[in-house]
Amino acid sequence: MAKVSSKKKLSKTKAKKSSEVAGDSAVKKTEVVYDEEEEEDKEDFNENVTSEEEEEDGEDERRRQKLLEAISALGGKRKKTLGERSEAAVQLSEFSVNAEGEGDKINLSDLIGSMDKTPQVSAKTRKQLKTLQQSNRTVESPLSKQETERIQRDVAFQKAASEQLVFPLNQEAPGPKPMERVVTGWKARTPLEEEIFALLSANKQPIHDPILTPQEEVSMKAMSLEEAKIRRAELQKARALQSYYEAKTRRERKIKSKKYHRVQNKAKRKDFVKQFEEMVKSDPAAALEELHKMELARMQERMSLKHQNSGKWAKSKAIMAKYDEGARKAMQQQLEVNKDLTQKLVTAVNDEEEEEEEEDEGGDPEVLPDFVNDAEQGVDSSNPWMRGKLSEDPAEKETSEIVDLTAEEESADVEEEEEEEVKETEEEALLREFDSRRKRRQALIPVISLDDDEEEESKTAAEEEEESKTAVEEKEESKEEEESKVAAVEEEEEEEEEEGETLMRIRTLEDTEELLMQEESAADEAPVPPPAAENPPPASQPAGTNKKRKRGIELKQVLTKATKVIQVPLAHTVEDAEDSDDNQEQRGLIREAFAGDDVVSDFLKEKRKQEAAGKPQVVDLTLPGWGEWGGTGLKLSRRKRKKFRMKAAPPPPRKDVSLPGVIISEKRNRSITLHQVNTLPFPFETHTQFESTIRTPLGRTWNTERTVKKISKPKVVTRMGAIIEPMAREELMKDRNQATVADRNSLKQQTTCKLKDELNGALALKLMSGHEMQTD
Amino acid sequence: MKVKVLSRNPDDYVRETKLDIQRVPRNYDPALHPFEVSREYTRALNATKLDRVFAKPFVASLDGHRDGVNCMAKHTNSLSTLLSGSCDGEVKVWNLTKHECVRTLQAHEGFVRGMIVRFCGTSFFTVGDDKTIKQWKMETPGYGEEEEPLNTILGKTVFTGLDHHQKDAVFATCGQQVDIWDEQRSSPIRSFTWGVDSFSSVRFNPVETELLASCASDRSIVLYDMRESAPLKKVIMTMRSNSLCWNPMEAYYFTSSNEDYNLYTYDMRYLNKPIIVHMDHVSAVLDVDYSPTGKEFVSASFDKTVRIFPKDVGHSREVYHTKRMQHVICVKWSADNKYILSGSDEMNIRLWKANAAEKLGVLAPRERQASNYNQKLKEKFHYHPQIRRIAHHRHLPKSIYHQSKELRVMKEARRRKERNVRKHSKPGSVPVVSEKEKHVVTVVK
Repeated sequence: MAKVSSKKKLSKTKAKKSSEVAGDSAVKKTEVVYDEEEEEDKEDFNENVTSEEEEEDGEDERRRQKLLEAISALGGKRKKTLGERSEAAVQLSEFSVNAEGEGDKINLSDLIGSMDKTPQVSAKTRKQLKTLQQSNRTVESPLSKQETERIQRDVAFQKAASEQLVFPLNQEAPGPKPMERVVTGWKARTPLEEEIFALLSANKQPIHDPILTPQEEVSMKAMSLEEAKIRRAELQKARALQSYYEAKTRRERKIKSKKYHRVQNKAKRKDFVKQFEEMVKSDPAAALEELHKMELARMQERMSLKHQNSGKWAKSKAIMAKYDEGARKAMQQQLEVNKDLTQKLVTAVNDEEEEEEEEDEGGDPEVLPDFVNDAEQGVDSSNPWMRGKLSEDPAEKETSEIVDLTAEEESADVEEEEEEEVKETEEEALLREFDSRRKRRQALIPVISLDDDEEEESKTAAEEEEESKTAVEEKEESKEEEESKVAAVEEEEEEEEEEGETLMRIRTLEDTEELLMQEESAADEAPVPPPAAENPPPASQPAGTNKKRKRGIELKQVLTKATKVIQVPLAHTVEDAEDSDDNQEQRGLIREAFAGDDVVSDFLKEKRKQEAAGKPQVVDLTLPGWGEWGGTGLKLSRRKRKKFRMKAAPPPPRKDVSLPGVIISEKRNRSITLHQVNTLPFPFETHTQFESTIRTPLGRTWNTERTVKKISKPKVVTRMGAIIEPMAREELMKDRNQATVADRNSLKQQTTCKLKDELNGALALKLMSGHEMQTD
Repeated sequence: MKVKVLSRNPDDYVRETKLDIQRVPRNYDPALHPFEVSREYTRALNATKLDRVFAKPFVASLDGHRDGVNCMAKHTNSLSTLLSGSCDGEVKVWNLTKHECVRTLQAHEGFVRGMIVRFCGTSFFTVGDDKTIKQWKMETPGYGEEEEPLNTILGKTVFTGLDHHQKDAVFATCGQQVDIWDEQRSSPIRSFTWGVDSFSSVRFNPVETELLASCASDRSIVLYDMRESAPLKKVIMTMRSNSLCWNPMEAYYFTSSNEDYNLYTYDMRYLNKPIIVHMDHVSAVLDVDYSPTGKEFVSASFDKTVRIFPKDVGHSREVYHTKRMQHVICVKWSADNKYILSGSDEMNIRLWKANAAEKLGVLAPRERQASNYNQKLKEKFHYHPQIRRIAHHRHLPKSIYHQSKELRVMKEARRRKERNVRKHSKPGSVPVVSEKEKHVVTVVK
């Protein structure tokens, strides 16, 4: 029986093989099956022969019956046996998978159940699985293999269907290549080459492509993956932080509010002071260093002209300052900055100064002598810098003393005082300005200029002894435009020495002032600026002391040079008037020349005409005398008029309705139609599509260089003198190969089988799969 | 008075060296550049006109054959080399750059029917009416050496065509049957027949190199696989195909030149109808060759013209003819996609430019940009009637012009008749048959 069964198996395999053969498999199958039956029968027969020979006839009958049954059974549907997997195949067809145990469902919990017992499962995956268990949504089944392949082909095809093809396809990349790739059998021949190579090899320098010494390579490898990861994370974090920080600073910098910045600066300053104080206590060395730094900054500031209103911008502002409050403020601010920076550090110098000034204004002569002495102490009187410092020194001394007394009280009040100071300086600046202006005006008017001359003369006469000194000082003042100790000191001196003269001068000045006022009121009031109106000089000057007034005069003397500035508007207005006169004349001339033709009305007439022509006419279809009396002088009846006069519907509004100066012709132009496309070309579906393609310009007049290049790149590019080979099969399969490189090896056997099949049948199919063409 | 003066910083417009590009500031505000469409239209019109002005496609004529040129072969490695075989059995090797014949050999008695250069470029094969296949060295024999073939195979019947495998030492001939030969053997390793007695052309697929196609005299095109013992498929058409050529870039397409004045591009996977019917010739089309880029092909016709067709367009974009050119028997597109070579009955080989108006030689970058831009403009406005008229205008010999007119009338008449028949018969009994389906009789598997 073992033999039999083996035979059976054989026949079965035969049958299977035959079933694989495509065309006439059915017929063959029957044959095979028939054989099988026969064999079986033969076996039976053999057995039977030994046992009962005499019943041969009956036996034959039975066999025949059996055969008939077998044949008839062939016709009907055979029960399909489920495919059974007997060997480990690398790839399974999705159709031959055995669906055993189809009935009972598998729950996720069955699969996950073992998870709790295994400690290796990380908490994260556990969590994920749990959420998965809870969600009721079914996961979409993956696409069938054919479909995914089609999608892949589609994608590959889209990749392949690029806009521009460059031939030849498999060009070598341009650029230098390593020497050993170009020349395979290259050897050092000349002595120089040999020497070089000997050197290289002696120092273990790499000769070939990866140009790294062994040490370098080792060091490259040294960093482990985890380290690298950690480092990368660190770097990432740093970068992120940096970007946040940058964004923040950028945002802050963009804030335009001055108040904000002022507050910010104040806060910073406060912080700094606090820190500094702490530092003094905790780390005196660092504090000293900080002090040095500040000193350095102060020195630098004092050396530079940065905040001294001497730059271009400051000059322009100085001009504007008369009219513009903002400009004035800006200047003031700059000066303030300068003051801040040039301040000696720990002191409240300004407060001191103010007090002094107040005292001065109060008219206390007792305080002064110190300064006078100091000034006398100054060795190098020609150097303004030196002098400035000297003059400041006593103040410092004083302040240091005062600070000891008032340090605790004043710390809170500093800000207020500062503000007060600002106001003070503002007022003073205004005063000075006003003075200077007055001076200029004097320069304008000859009578006053005479006076001025006198004044100067008198002054020079009086100041002969200390001429050089004052001159320098004046210059300095004019430069800085700021009240300073120096000035105050000198003023004192001057006051003492030339009391009488100044008094006289003041009188003359006031006279001139009055004169000026009269003249101005007569001529024009325009150039009088608002600040002058706000606090007029007679009000402030009498209130102020002689000293103040005198100081103003001194400043003015320098500023007289700027008189031209005021002359400009006057001259300008005159010129303007002339200009306008000229224009008038021109216009008059033109009007005269073209008196006859009224272009505008002509145009309007024409437009009206066109509009009228465009309107539909009323068609009169009435027949005279029809149904009524005929003859001349008869009126049409209303009924007839209504019925037989045809009015056409009004046309759509003209395009130039809203454009009064334009006539848009709405006639169709025959000559243009010759050049127009009259039917929609094939690939376009709507006329708007077509129009939009036509409307987009391609040229460099309308597009940037790069766009033009992109738009106008040719579809096919060939290299001159290069042979274009036909598409190589490797080229074709490239994309596909990259996609399936992973399971290539495992598939090898299968593919060979497949190849054979395809070769048997439709070769075309293979090509198709190679070519990523869409199938239709 | 304040005077405003133009002040410009020379840094903005003066280049540092002479080699720098001139800086040209541009303002792309569309308000400043109005009428873009009309301006570009004018440019396109000018470009099209200039295209026609510069269209001088004829480069050179190579004369030297003493009978009609029957076949040509491109050299696989050298662009400047061309081989040609004539009806008196003479084979000539040409240097195209010098326009001169470098070698002449008497290869066969009777016609040279086909020739092909081996993929390595060191030797070439010829077949002739004397029933022989001969392999020749590419080099000219040295002084005193005799001009002798490397190898000669005596066949039983006349060979009419020849093609060589892309990579292997295998070639195919056609005659009474299609034979596959190994270079080392004197008898074919395989021969295919399918009930016909003669084939006119056989071609290997350049990509799927084991595939072949041939044109048979029973109006059929047959596909073979070299590894199989039987042919794969054949499509029978209404008239005989003279030759065919595979598209070198999309090798599932091939184009066959037919006796019915048309060319048919087939997809080898769907042979039941051609993808496109290319019409324009007014006589039998004798030869066809694809451009190496696979975008266009050139056809030679008995009507004494050479036409260039885009691969997916039904009508030719270009027609070349000269007064002296007779029936064009063979045509080749050069491997650098720049030239076309045509061999004709009156013993001359002619060299044409593939793009009639293209400037030969190196283009300066600005020239190239301008030509690219003009090309795009022409493309953009090619629907406009005036531009199309100028772009399509070609001068044709009187006979061809009239014949094409006549053909058009005939076609229209046929169409009208068919329409009338359909109108007067039972609806559905006279189906509409498209032009593509008309020419295919059956596909046999």
